[in-house]
Amino acid sequence: MKKKTAYLGVFLAFALILSYIESLIPFYFGIPGMKLGLANLIVVVMLYLSGTKEAFVISVLRILLSGFLFGNMFGILYSLAGGVLSFIVMWLVKKTGQFYSVTVSVCGGISHNVGQLFVAALVVENYNVLYYMPVLLVAGIITGFVIGVLGEELIKRLQFLFQKKQ
Amino acid sequence: MKRFGKKDFLLIGVLLVAALGIWAGIGLFGSEKGANAVVTVDGALYGRYSLDKPQEISIAIGENVTNVLEIKNEKADMIHADCPDQLCVHQHSISKSTESIVCLPNKVVVTIEGAKEAAIDSLAK
Repeated sequence: MKKKTAYLGVFLAFALILSYIESLIPFYFGIPGMKLGLANLIVVVMLYLSGTKEAFVISVLRILLSGFLFGNMFGILYSLAGGVLSFIVMWLVKKTGQFYSVTVSVCGGISHNVGQLFVAALVVENYNVLYYMPVLLVAGIITGFVIGVLGEELIKRLQFLFQKKQ
Repeated sequence: MKRFGKKDFLLIGVLLVAALGIWAGIGLFGSEKGANAVVTVDGALYGRYSLDKPQEISIAIGENVTNVLEIKNEKADMIHADCPDQLCVHQHSISKSTESIVCLPNKVVVTIEGAKEAAIDSLAK
């Protein structure tokens, strides 16, 4: 459907803007893997509104585009690890049908941080960095929660965009 | 519209408690005051520097100095990196055995070695 393609484009643009905002915020926790994950907001919303496939495509495209625009090749691989892991976890948690979107987002936030920390440890071949795991878990829970609450508000208000088609 | 159920509360609660538990555990039992700063590049040992001696270490890969580590007040701090993100430079200085500074683009890692580990290493030599 043509209209849907347009909406997906708008959502991708929105995700890119969030990535850009995030790259501007001086949020230096100093730990590899630590991120606000603003763009995850879009992935959560898409997961609920348009479906798994679309959300996955937007998530990967967002990482590739923001990597080329604001980062580098290395950053792309690094973000993909966190992004894909967090997507799979969110998809599975949502699939159980037991939890609300806030929890889905929290699990996404955690797994994003954990995935990136593991990639960092593998890349530098040093496992001392894994001591930072609990810090990243707590940070992921907090950012995931905030993103989840925002996401739910968006889902409620944007539902109508996708309803007609289904 | 309900936004938060009992199960959500439980799952997030369990995760939070587990994370804080491990965090506290590492803080209480895992970390000790450091004796040396150990620098590795791409997984290989680059050098071992005493935290007692204030010094500035230029870390060179090939001929380029990519990172500069400063040891001051028994703490190690990255003061220069040639990468764009500068994450390791913004990170706070480290002094405990569970802390590390990572410069991902250059694959430079600074870890802290406690007094006990340092003793074992010198015996092994």
